[in-house]
Amino acid sequence: MDGRQKGGFRLVHLLLIVPFAATLWVPFYNRALPDLDGIPFFYWYQILWVALTALILFIVYLAEGRE
Amino acid sequence: MEKLDPVALGVFIALFLFVTVLGFFAGRWRQGDLTQLTEWGLGGRRFGSVVTWFLLGGDLYTAYTFVAVPALMFGAGAVGFFAVPYAAIAYVFMFLAFPRFWSVAKAKGYVTGADFVRGRFGSRSLALAVALTGIVATMPYIALQLVGMEVVLAGLGIHGEWPLVIAFVILAAYTYASGLRAPAMIAVVKDMLIYATVIAAVVIIPVELGGFTHVFSAVAAAKLTLPADAFSNPGQFSYATLALGSAMALFLYPHAATGVLSSSSRHVIKRNAVALPAYSIVLGLVALLGLMALAAGVKAMPQYADGFARFGNNYAVPALFLQMFPSWFVGIAFAAIAIGALVPAAIMSIACANLFTRNIYREFFKRDCTPAHESQVAKIVSLVVKGGALVFILEGQSKAAIELQLLGGIWIIQTLPAVLLGLYTRWLHPRALLLGWIAGIASGTWMAAQSGFKASVYVLHVGGMALPCYAALSSLILNLVVSYALSLVFNTLSSARQDTTLTEDYV
Repeated sequence: MDGRQKGGFRLVHLLLIVPFAATLWVPFYNRALPDLDGIPFFYWYQILWVALTALILFIVYLAEGRE
Repeated sequence: MEKLDPVALGVFIALFLFVTVLGFFAGRWRQGDLTQLTEWGLGGRRFGSVVTWFLLGGDLYTAYTFVAVPALMFGAGAVGFFAVPYAAIAYVFMFLAFPRFWSVAKAKGYVTGADFVRGRFGSRSLALAVALTGIVATMPYIALQLVGMEVVLAGLGIHGEWPLVIAFVILAAYTYASGLRAPAMIAVVKDMLIYATVIAAVVIIPVELGGFTHVFSAVAAAKLTLPADAFSNPGQFSYATLALGSAMALFLYPHAATGVLSSSSRHVIKRNAVALPAYSIVLGLVALLGLMALAAGVKAMPQYADGFARFGNNYAVPALFLQMFPSWFVGIAFAAIAIGALVPAAIMSIACANLFTRNIYREFFKRDCTPAHESQVAKIVSLVVKGGALVFILEGQSKAAIELQLLGGIWIIQTLPAVLLGLYTRWLHPRALLLGWIAGIASGTWMAAQSGFKASVYVLHVGGMALPCYAALSSLILNLVVSYALSLVFNTLSSARQDTTLTEDYV
């Protein structure tokens, strides 16, 4: 035993707070500019964060696998 | 009224027949003994990463989602976009908690969330509360899938009740025969059709409308983003609470649990939490279709007036497709939505059947029921549930279904302390959890009732501030406070638990 329980908490899990902060703090993205090819910031930012959430989950998944 | 378009109708019917054959054939796929509930109701817990991805994608992103989210955008603008952050952060919960749920369910043979609660807390009444909540929250959701199907059938120019009845009878028959394998197989077709439709739509339609700048210029400035005052209603605060509350509720729904438990390992669940957001990106694009319908001006066109009169803004996307796509592609797009109604309706009815059979019938009526008998009861219940949903919609109760589904989200989240926190701790006392559940259900229902069940956001007055908060979230907080406070009390009286799960069951 190295004191770390399998499936237990690890520092890399703190990354999982980021999607919550990025998507639930609405004042940060409640604006139209800068737009992306005519798509207001409000919309492309949130769609981008779907992809970034997946990326963060992937990083955590890989990090967990190296136990 | 829409004229019958033979090309669109032909493509639609051909695809529908194809998935029907697939549904009946599915029972023989990775064949198992369908007289066992884990085989009929969970596909034998054998689905790998790819099948689970299609199954959960088909299950969580329903036909009604693809109709109602753009409809909300069409009517209310930015407010409706909360579905996107919701569909992102829900996967963090899935990634963290549900591999544990899978492991303990596999170790103990659990088929439902209520099975787990029964084993973890040793309380029949708490398990019953969880099971009933799941069934009641899911039933209107099934009915809404019919609404989604009704809308596209009308768009094809098919009127009357019989097509809906036929579609549901076919669905009921292959779900009965093949169990969860049927929607799993059909989901592959459904999801590919959805991806094709949405990608085509977001490539072609903005070009035809003169670019995204033009699309968004059709949206009133006030609806393009949320109000600057963070605490207006609707506004930024309610937006965030809707996203968070919905994300917390999603995997508590029985049909989500069924999808999760049917996978072949805990790693399949983790990989899917990484890969399923691909559907959420599609959902974001689908939401934008609502704004494209606005820019296309379909509501003012006389040929769609009947559809809007009958279905309100839910007709926005079908009208947009009819306006923008050639007939054959309208057939594909509408088939994607209609088949998109079949998959979740099948999984939801299986999930309800599993709950009823395991946690009500076997628990309270027939303790000694054999596995074969259990599976047979579940098959019959799946028919009853779908029949109920069909009658409900044919009786013209779709408005009631929408209101009940809104309440369903508020109700299902009340099972979070027992199911989700229960995965990590048994410190919470079952009686406290039950009282917390009652407090949550009662307060959440009361808050929704204040708007006549029209709105799920209720304004809380805290220290002179008016906070418009998603009622599911505020009632959950009350539920948690009651659960923790009373656990302190009850645990001093008796801290003994009848926990039949072991620490090593969870990893």
